[in-house]
Amino acid sequence: MSAPAVRRPEPKRPEPAAELSATERRAEKARGRIGVGLIVPGFVYLLLFFAAPVFVLLAMSLYAKPPGAETGVFVPAFEISNYAVALSQYWEPLVRSFLFAGIATVLALLIGYTMAYLVAVRLRQHKLLASILLVILIAPFFSSFVLRTQAWKQILADEGFVVEALRFVAILPEDGRLTATSIAVVAGLTYNFLPFMTLPIYASLERLDTRLLEAAGDLYASPMTAFRRVTLPLSMPGVFAGTLLTFIPASGDYINAAILGNNRDTSMIGQVIDSRFFQIVDYPMAAALSTVLMVVILILVMLYIRKFGTKELF
Amino acid sequence: MGLKQRMGRWLVPVIGGLAFVYLLVPIAYIFVFSFNDAARTNLTWQGFTLANWKNPCGAPNICDALGNSLSVAFVATIIATVLGTAIALGLARYKFRFRKLADILIILPLATPEVVLGASLLAQFLNLGWELGYWTVVLSHVTFCMAFVVVTVRARVSALDGRLEEAAGDLYASPRTTFWKVTFPLLLPGVVAAALLSFAMSFDDFIIANFNSGSFDTFPKFIYVAATRGIPAQANVIGSGIFLIALAIVVIGTVVSYRRQKALAAR
Repeated sequence: MSAPAVRRPEPKRPEPAAELSATERRAEKARGRIGVGLIVPGFVYLLLFFAAPVFVLLAMSLYAKPPGAETGVFVPAFEISNYAVALSQYWEPLVRSFLFAGIATVLALLIGYTMAYLVAVRLRQHKLLASILLVILIAPFFSSFVLRTQAWKQILADEGFVVEALRFVAILPEDGRLTATSIAVVAGLTYNFLPFMTLPIYASLERLDTRLLEAAGDLYASPMTAFRRVTLPLSMPGVFAGTLLTFIPASGDYINAAILGNNRDTSMIGQVIDSRFFQIVDYPMAAALSTVLMVVILILVMLYIRKFGTKELF
Repeated sequence: MGLKQRMGRWLVPVIGGLAFVYLLVPIAYIFVFSFNDAARTNLTWQGFTLANWKNPCGAPNICDALGNSLSVAFVATIIATVLGTAIALGLARYKFRFRKLADILIILPLATPEVVLGASLLAQFLNLGWELGYWTVVLSHVTFCMAFVVVTVRARVSALDGRLEEAAGDLYASPRTTFWKVTFPLLLPGVVAAALLSFAMSFDDFIIANFNSGSFDTFPKFIYVAATRGIPAQANVIGSGIFLIALAIVVIGTVVSYRRQKALAAR
């Protein structure tokens, strides 16, 4: 190596606070005021239409139904037992939501990483092909989520050729089906959130300096080792962002479960919350279930950030 | 080359290629079935027709729902882009107290599943006694679009070269002139990207709109409700049409930026 590998230490800048004159300090203060002025309207909005609603939801989860009241009438109370009822009655869809979302996240990671790697690393020299594939990657965003899910339902339907082909090669039994099963729900979740996984991974792989891989090869690393020791660690910020962007919406989603599942053993927590609100009109129960979902996700995300979080993101 | 290595070479293109096909399967299905000669239940292939494309509003209420969705997405995008861009500038450029707290308040809506966001906004609107409809959908869409705008624009702000603004100042540009003539044009691509993202997110949202719309119909809601009876082929026409328009915009954008880069390189 001929280039000076050791970076000269930069001359230490003087501490700003100590050196500021009175006018500069005033200018700094004025800048601070501009900054506050810029964020205030947006934050007032978030307080009114995000923070306040979350608190209302929390409060509502503790409301009680007075004896003999009509459907949909509740009074403010401190009914902690709502949570006990919610958990004992609906632990199954709750656990299922995280299980389905977890499996879909892992599948999307495997598929999405391969796609991102193909476009960003393997096809780096083939600019045109890479940009075509990149457009395909975001193509699902241009079409409707509900319509795509419905299309999958029809593709996987009992009379469809996919099921007939699978029955023919005996992967599915003669009366086997794909729609209304957990497999269909997980496949739908994987499909619908795949771009959210792939794009962040692509973004971090695209910045990868391929000379590092050559260097690893020069140092007798096999391609597999080079991938494990160089590529994978450098793409971790993308993997981290992608898994969060997939897992969080997938665990609350109920479009896939509603369209591709059945009512017995594939229902997810979002479906239960929706039906508590609109069909059974039991607001406290719906609010309690929403709160549980949010708290569990926040805990999982915090644990995940603590274990794998990168400085770049949080 | 050993067998293992040869397999490794082909594994990525084969699996990756199949995955790209997998991404396109339902989109292609929607497109093909937009030509299906089926009146109401567009489930099995009945024969080719152009009738659906000639009359995309043929199914009852479908174009009302489409118009509603476009209008909601348009208004929500404008509000979210203005508020979100201001927040992104404020957070990236200026120091003040409670900044960490502000950061968290911005990230939280992104970490909240849509069903929880929808449910809490519904709880709020019920609490306030507001009637559900157009404006409750717009207000709730602004909340989740704004977070995406902040994240997108902020990345652009932190990538800005501060020396350009210093240079403008050295050339006696006032802070205001510097902002509108230097900073804002540099941020514009990020702001446009954020606005497009907001529009797409709002237009395609089902869950939040389902909670906060009452009897007001949006396009995703129309399809979801229709799904129980069979989705009319016109929905496939509209879905495919939007897909083709978006595709055209992206392709034109890519070609233009490719040409510009080439022209710059040739200079």
